[in-house]
Amino acid sequence: MSAPVIPLESLRVSRAKAAPSACGGCGPSAEADSLPPEIWAKVKDHPCYAEGAHAFFARMHVAVAPACNIQCNYCNRKYDCANESRPGVVSERLTPEAAAAKVVAVARAVPELAVVGIAGPGDAVYDWARTKTTFALVRERLPELTLCLSSNGLAMLEHVDDIAELGIGHVTLTINAIDPAIGAQIYPWIFHQHRRWTGEDAARILLARQVAALEALVARDILVKVNSVLIPGVNDQHLPAVNAFVKAKGAFLHNVMPLISAPEHGTAFGLQGVRGPTAQELAAVQDACGGGARLMRHCRQCRADAIGLLGADRPPDFAGEPETADAPFDHQAREDYRCWVEVERADREAAAAEAALATRTVAAPALKIAVCTKGGGRVNQHFGQATELTIVEVDQAGVRRVGHRRIDNHCVGCTGTEAQLDAAIAVLTDVPIVLCAKIGPVPRRALEAAGLIIIEDDTAPYVETAAAQIYRDHLAGRDAATG
Amino acid sequence: MAYKIITSQCTGCGACEFECPNAAIAFKRDTFVVNPKLCNECVGHFDLPQCNEVCPVPKTCVPDPAHPAGGDD
Ligand code: SF4
Ligand code: SF4
Repeated sequence: MSAPVIPLESLRVSRAKAAPSACGGCGPSAEADSLPPEIWAKVKDHPCYAEGAHAFFARMHVAVAPACNIQCNYCNRKYDCANESRPGVVSERLTPEAAAAKVVAVARAVPELAVVGIAGPGDAVYDWARTKTTFALVRERLPELTLCLSSNGLAMLEHVDDIAELGIGHVTLTINAIDPAIGAQIYPWIFHQHRRWTGEDAARILLARQVAALEALVARDILVKVNSVLIPGVNDQHLPAVNAFVKAKGAFLHNVMPLISAPEHGTAFGLQGVRGPTAQELAAVQDACGGGARLMRHCRQCRADAIGLLGADRPPDFAGEPETADAPFDHQAREDYRCWVEVERADREAAAAEAALATRTVAAPALKIAVCTKGGGRVNQHFGQATELTIVEVDQAGVRRVGHRRIDNHCVGCTGTEAQLDAAIAVLTDVPIVLCAKIGPVPRRALEAAGLIIIEDDTAPYVETAAAQIYRDHLAGRDAATG
Repeated sequence: MAYKIITSQCTGCGACEFECPNAAIAFKRDTFVVNPKLCNECVGHFDLPQCNEVCPVPKTCVPDPAHPAGGDD
């Protein structure tokens, strides 16, 4: 059997030892408090929706939907879509039966698995029969898993009843523009009612269909997240309007994602020289959208065939893993894990509350810190192993996660320490501190030469606890630390 | 004239197979192919050949001069 996505033991270093008997006592949480209880109940174990869950629960996508009904300028169909929820190439073509078997195989090895999604590589709703069959098979074998669907929305309206019947509680719609003139710059054509539409006609039809689907989903109490790809010079100024619009239509979350673009991707935008936004530009647009639909800042644009905790994708381990239909299935391991997570999450919430108390007396401007974490909400990763940095902001109100910056995909094709270092320096121009479990002497010197402060802590503290400590030590001076 | 698929350009997405009103397109040995006996250029179904309308790669679903016997326009 393959190892779990994150070795469970490495997460279990807390004051909360595995204590299944305490299950059910998930304490109050800042996230829970900001949501109506019925919505919190639907999202609390969903890594894409509940920020606290992404540290503990895994989700996988199965690639059963290769065909697409629209063309996006950020997508090269020869190499699958680089944006929406799927950077990278989906390496498999799966039948619904094979996909369902793979889900069972992964669930067997990964008790953290909580969510199964279908997001592509084409459009998951266009060839609805394939997607529907896959979900129905998964539902039948592992009824406790959350099912998740992502789509451009063009073909969705007719299938909303099916979606509700399958018990799909979460749907993601990608809406990049609500102005046909802007939409026309993003979508060269759509295929609708047996013909191809172009220009603003295409954008207008697509938007009308997306809005109708959004309203129909909301009317059935299905949670809708809206994804928007931030395309500098095309829709960057427009996304706050999209945010206000989708919020008014009942979307529960809005996720602004950076365009991934390079000439070698062969996409229209890549070839035209349209670049992706910098981490700072992304943060600025996310801030400008702050007042509308709740913004999601921890999205990692997982691949259509991704398996793992968000930010720790490991699809190769499971490629082609055979599944024997009647092998015994250990539901207990999954139950135990869930119970442990309940306790650990409550503990982490308590640590965050403590951290908030500790920063209350410090009079200093907000401080951003880049953290290396591999899950569990702890500082527990070696800088050299980090493919992305979690950005937290500390001020008197406490510690908040404000985003993630990838340091593995800055230049396509180049890998290794140097590329990672360059990427880290490039994305951290507005973040003065790096917090990690460990760092080698060479990267430490390089980062320090770039003006960054490096803090190592190999005791795997909670991110909130460590960040609050740094805030007190580094900004207020040790005198102001207690109060 | 029947249509054909230029295999070297095909992404294997299967959209054409999904749309073909005559079930003329099938996945055979790693690639999608048109059965010229079944293809009638969509005549009687739609105004335009569906495979060419939906295919994401330009000039990949094209008329096949080797099979001019399909539906006439
Ligand atoms: S032209 Fe029409 S009938 Fe012929 S293969 Fe294409 S879709 Fe099928
Ligand atoms: S629609 Fe085009 S790319 Fe897709 S399978 Fe058919 S011929 Fe290939």
